[in-house]
Amino acid sequence: MPGVEGFIYPNELELQWSVLIVLYPFITGLVAGAFILASLERVFNVQAVKPTYRLALLTALAFLLVAPLPLQLHLGHPERSLEMYLTPHTQSAMAMFGFVYLWYLMVVLVLEIWLDYRRDIVLKWRASTGLSKLLYGAMALWSDNISESALRLDDRIGRALTVIGIPSAFLLHGYVGFIFGSIKANPWWSTPLMPIVFLFSAIVSGIACILLLYFATCWFRRVPVNMPCVDTIAKYLYYAFLVDFSLEMLDLIHRLYESDESFRALDFMVKTRLFTSQIVVQILLGTLVPLVLLGLAQLYTFRERARRVLYVLAGSLTLMGIFAMRWNVVIGGQLFSKSFLGYTTYKMEFATREGLLPAIVLMILPFVILWVLIRLLPPWGHDEGRRGGTRAQV
Amino acid sequence: MDQDRRTFLGQTGKLLILTASAAVAWEHVLAGRPEEAPNYKVSDHWWGMAIDIEKCIGCGTCVRACKTENNVPLEAFTFRTWIERYVVDPADLDHPRVESPNGGYDGFHEREVRDPSLKMFFVPKLCNHCAHSPCVQVCPVGATFESQDGVVLVDKKYCLGCRYCVQACPYGCRFIDPRTHTVDKCSLCYHRITKGLTTACCETCPTGARVLANLKDPKDPIHAFLREHKVQVLKPQMATGSKMYYNGLDGSVR
Amino acid sequence: MKPRASDYVHLVRMAGLFVVGITAFVVLRWLMVPADFGVLGHYRAGAVTDNMQPPLVYAGQAACVECHADVAELRAKGRHVQVACESCHGALAAHASNPDGQKPVRPDPRKTCISCHSANISKPKSFPQVVPEEHAPEGSCAACHVVHNPKIS
Repeated sequence: MPGVEGFIYPNELELQWSVLIVLYPFITGLVAGAFILASLERVFNVQAVKPTYRLALLTALAFLLVAPLPLQLHLGHPERSLEMYLTPHTQSAMAMFGFVYLWYLMVVLVLEIWLDYRRDIVLKWRASTGLSKLLYGAMALWSDNISESALRLDDRIGRALTVIGIPSAFLLHGYVGFIFGSIKANPWWSTPLMPIVFLFSAIVSGIACILLLYFATCWFRRVPVNMPCVDTIAKYLYYAFLVDFSLEMLDLIHRLYESDESFRALDFMVKTRLFTSQIVVQILLGTLVPLVLLGLAQLYTFRERARRVLYVLAGSLTLMGIFAMRWNVVIGGQLFSKSFLGYTTYKMEFATREGLLPAIVLMILPFVILWVLIRLLPPWGHDEGRRGGTRAQV
Repeated sequence: MDQDRRTFLGQTGKLLILTASAAVAWEHVLAGRPEEAPNYKVSDHWWGMAIDIEKCIGCGTCVRACKTENNVPLEAFTFRTWIERYVVDPADLDHPRVESPNGGYDGFHEREVRDPSLKMFFVPKLCNHCAHSPCVQVCPVGATFESQDGVVLVDKKYCLGCRYCVQACPYGCRFIDPRTHTVDKCSLCYHRITKGLTTACCETCPTGARVLANLKDPKDPIHAFLREHKVQVLKPQMATGSKMYYNGLDGSVR
Repeated sequence: MKPRASDYVHLVRMAGLFVVGITAFVVLRWLMVPADFGVLGHYRAGAVTDNMQPPLVYAGQAACVECHADVAELRAKGRHVQVACESCHGALAAHASNPDGQKPVRPDPRKTCISCHSANISKPKSFPQVVPEEHAPEGSCAACHVVHNPKIS
């Protein structure tokens, strides 16, 4: 049979989960990571990263809105997807995740963004006309109160939301890890480490994404990059990456040491079918090179221009590496047979419902949404608007 | 007078509401009582199967019968039941050579190299109708379930086609039906066994290697089978509560 | 400066939106979840009856014996007693419910008999098997064997 090596159970010929299911944890990971970066400023008072606070929240929202789309395209019956909310099977991680997603979207992200931006929304409402006025009015819930005491109230609630939001972000992506990690039938997935590995790789990808977006938006707006800000972000990226790398190494060492019944089959798979995506892209280019680059930046103080190049390079490689990690988990977990005696191949098509083209479109879509959000709710100019700074027009 | 009218209206109202509720409840009850199917009492059955490796000749009649009875797609490489041939070198038990050409639908050709020192046998496989099924556990909407008589069934009208259950099954017995875009798998010929017939595979097996079993029936031959043979289930370490009991299952069987 | 009542207005409105959303969800649930869901377990009870609906394609041995008792008697004495009629004759529910209208095709021995009895080193040694090219290279197996009671003593 074409593409099959060794023996596979007959029903294992075709992969069940495609590149769209690779995209899904990648996107939700960016959401969780972006939020954690934003919370660094809000909860832990890391003032240096403030210029990225609002950008991070908007990015998280843009990606979270796109997150269900790859799933809908993948389902055999997307018109029945509401069943997950109407009759969720409480023993199923996938079902309960629907509620975690909804909680995170509505309570954490939307509420927090609304509270943080409310003053600007009301100001825009007052200043605009026509359709814009209608839109901003609706967003303000037609409440015009931006007095000191109202804004302070908003601030307190917003802070509480961020505090709740941190474990919620952990839950959001940890759950995705659990969806894989709880499948005892699949030894590539089944490990208690899976939720934690997913979470930390999410944090890494989210921070790298915001770092790159910040550089991009500064370039578009032709404003200078705030170097203390990106230096701090790079530092946190480095720390998060160290933890992520250690966790993945722990998983690998554990497997090598215990060498259970699945080990030989998995080892062979990694050395052959998964060699490029795992060894070359994920580990070498996507983890070790960025770690070295970021580590060097911690040890030595390079010139500003060199640091910028280094951060952009490290950030890009990181994102590529984390995507490869999702690929290796999802696709890798389906390339080997559960008989441990054979392998099949993933035939990714291009212009079909679950092909490469929809995957590319779905990766571009969040940036389009982000652009719209930035136009509606600019993250800059009023950086200090919420607490301190210009409070003239109340 | 007013008091009497009030009382009357109250009583009538109550009667109407109770009758209506009772009617709704009765519909509910009837809907949940498939034993309204004549003569079949769900609570008298706990289904399983006895599979005797020593009797299987790999003829593939069961595979063909299943596809015929259950309208399983022929072109797609999907099977509700299939047969695997094992060729085991006694010097290398960890590396059996296994094959399942078209699931065993056309039987197995004679091997080119007929080495009598090798151990060879056929293993029919199907859904194990696990008592602690991992596939039922992961279904997000309740589209697959274990019936009260021990058969793991699929609700094709409710299945989303998310394929989580296919990932969760350790035995590889589930697949997506390309025509309905829902999951499909062996239903233990539920439409037959609830009418007193046996499954299509057990009916047509010429050597009696596959025999349907009702574990709740004290007269069922399964009890003697379990007592007199060294029986094994597939992947016992997964603790799935499989009810497909194999006699003669070699350690090399995956 | 303590927040006044008017400072809470926007929060109350937002809370109201949430209440509306949750209510809509509850109503939707009441409308859309099938009535028989959850009665027997976390599934639609109707799914059990759905699984009982597919038509029978194989009739089952008992149905054959009803009309063909003579063949059953012949088989009862032979080695093929445990082989169901439909093993060789194929699915016959259509014939059983319409015996004259749906006449089954007689199986071709060179395909049917050989599918089980062709020698294969993987088959159990005790199973009767022959190499078709050596045993009877041409002609029907039925020429020598009475198929329903095949042993030639």
